[in-house]
Amino acid sequence: MERIHRRIAVSQRAPGPRGRNIVPYILVAPLAAVFLLFLVAPLVLTVVVSFWDYSEYELIPRFTLQNYRDVFSGCLAQLPDLCVAFKVYWSTLKLCLAAWSLTLLIGFGVAYFLRFHVRSAVAQVVLLLLCTIPFWTSNVIRTMSLVPLLGRNGLLNEGLLGLGLVRQPQDWLLFSGFSVVTAFVHLYTLYMIVPIYNSMKRIEQGILEASHDAGAGEWQTLIGVVIPLCRSGIAIGSIFVLTAVMGDFVTVGMMGGQQISSIGKVIEVEMSYLHLPAAAANSVVLLGTVLLLVLGLARAADVRKEL
Amino acid sequence: MNGSRRSLSFYPLAAVFALFVLFLYGPIVSMAVLSFQGPDGGLTFPMNRVSTFWFGKLMEGVGVVDIWGAFGRSLRLAIVVMVLTVVLSLATGLAFRRGFRGSSSLFYLLVSSLIVPSIVVSLGIGLLFRFLDDAIRFVGRALSLASLGEGFTSSAGLFTSALGAHLTWTLPFGVLIMLAVFNRFEKSYEEAARDLGATGWQTFRHVVLPLIIPGLIGVALFAFTLSFDELARSSQAAGDLNTLPLELKGLTTTVTTPEIYALGTLTTAVSFLVIFAALGVIIGFRSRAAVRGPVETGVVQ
Repeated sequence: MERIHRRIAVSQRAPGPRGRNIVPYILVAPLAAVFLLFLVAPLVLTVVVSFWDYSEYELIPRFTLQNYRDVFSGCLAQLPDLCVAFKVYWSTLKLCLAAWSLTLLIGFGVAYFLRFHVRSAVAQVVLLLLCTIPFWTSNVIRTMSLVPLLGRNGLLNEGLLGLGLVRQPQDWLLFSGFSVVTAFVHLYTLYMIVPIYNSMKRIEQGILEASHDAGAGEWQTLIGVVIPLCRSGIAIGSIFVLTAVMGDFVTVGMMGGQQISSIGKVIEVEMSYLHLPAAAANSVVLLGTVLLLVLGLARAADVRKEL
Repeated sequence: MNGSRRSLSFYPLAAVFALFVLFLYGPIVSMAVLSFQGPDGGLTFPMNRVSTFWFGKLMEGVGVVDIWGAFGRSLRLAIVVMVLTVVLSLATGLAFRRGFRGSSSLFYLLVSSLIVPSIVVSLGIGLLFRFLDDAIRFVGRALSLASLGEGFTSSAGLFTSALGAHLTWTLPFGVLIMLAVFNRFEKSYEEAARDLGATGWQTFRHVVLPLIIPGLIGVALFAFTLSFDELARSSQAAGDLNTLPLELKGLTTTVTTPEIYALGTLTTAVSFLVIFAALGVIIGFRSRAAVRGPVETGVVQ
């Protein structure tokens, strides 16, 4: 009764049904404004400026394709040798592949353990939280804390020497591709664990029992049932890990020394020289690469369904 | 697989899990231990006596860097980001529940904010404020206002460009959490409240809000910690004065004493304090709800 009264009251206040619908627009307007101002506008500006000229001191608003030519300068002429841009992309791609395969393997293993081997629901939540807590602390500090582990006098070298596995301290453990990927695994494995665990939680016990009753072993059930049902989670985790690694400049800078290059680092260096149009052109190329990657992976997942 | 007998994969996977947790926490713990090095101690083990010497050094400041200023700035920014993220995420969550045109576009815009490389966002915001500065100077000169003309330095700063950069990172998490909360929300409580004569505001204030408070605290936790530790997006958008993570990153290459560990330990302690306070409150709410039942918790004040 009351509801009907209220409806009438509302419809009297606002003429037509549209008056009622204005509320969600008011609610969402501030957020939309934030994203238009601080995400959409900056990206549009980046694309615009990537076609601008520049001098030592300033941006010159004059259309040019030179920045893009600079990005790929000599790339066709030098083939089969790799130009600078291709070398940087190849280096970034290798980091992506290494970080992706390791985070996927470890993340899947951890999620599988939590979902199928930890029996109490409370224990599952507690152990998942244990994996999540470092995510809420500083990435810089987490990366930094790996240094005494991997350094020349670090714990890992001491351990290897102590076990007699190596005769002298190994230098490739720090400021190398190895240390960069180690840091990525440290930082980003959680990005795999959470979505894969969520997918696994949706798998009904009955399906697994049916697979068991049909004579499948744990391994066959894993390959034939669990992994296909986790496709969405794996895709989402992969998107987050790959995009995080693709644009990274902090971890590569801290853990790679001067040895390891990445697209993010190239952009950072160009920005520090105030070669902003050049940085913008590199950013647009990076953004395009990331978008292609995400669109490819998103076909495997319905992101919205996962909430 | 959940049968009474452990399947064969239990032991290797338990080992993987244990090693992973060790790998997650081991380095942080060893950093915390190393920050208590004696005055002659170095950056690696072994410990050269135990002291709080490096924390004392830290209190006096780190060389020319105003580390406590940076600490204060990051703290203030994180609090502002947290409040804004909670309010805007809640409003957006409510809007998504009612539905509106363009909701799925907005959803994808939010998700894309997490995926766009941070360095690109940072560059774009840097450019935006560069042009804004130019525009302000132009207007200042036209109106011959000294403060906005040649004397003007920059509109980029902690609570303009850095705040915006942080919000593009925290809001998607906040809204995703709110969407997940409302997806699991039992609508019948609201309907019951309406049927009992509650107005829209009363229903929200006394039924919906108490039920979603744990979710809101989760949003606050994400917003505060992500902002307090944010580095990549602020790198070109912090203005003249750096935030703590930016100073920290700079210090990792210049400071070669355990003082840097002391700073890292202190920052991590702040994060842990916030994390455990938030988790404690969430667990408190959950257990109260479990004892008294959700409706009662919500309505009886």
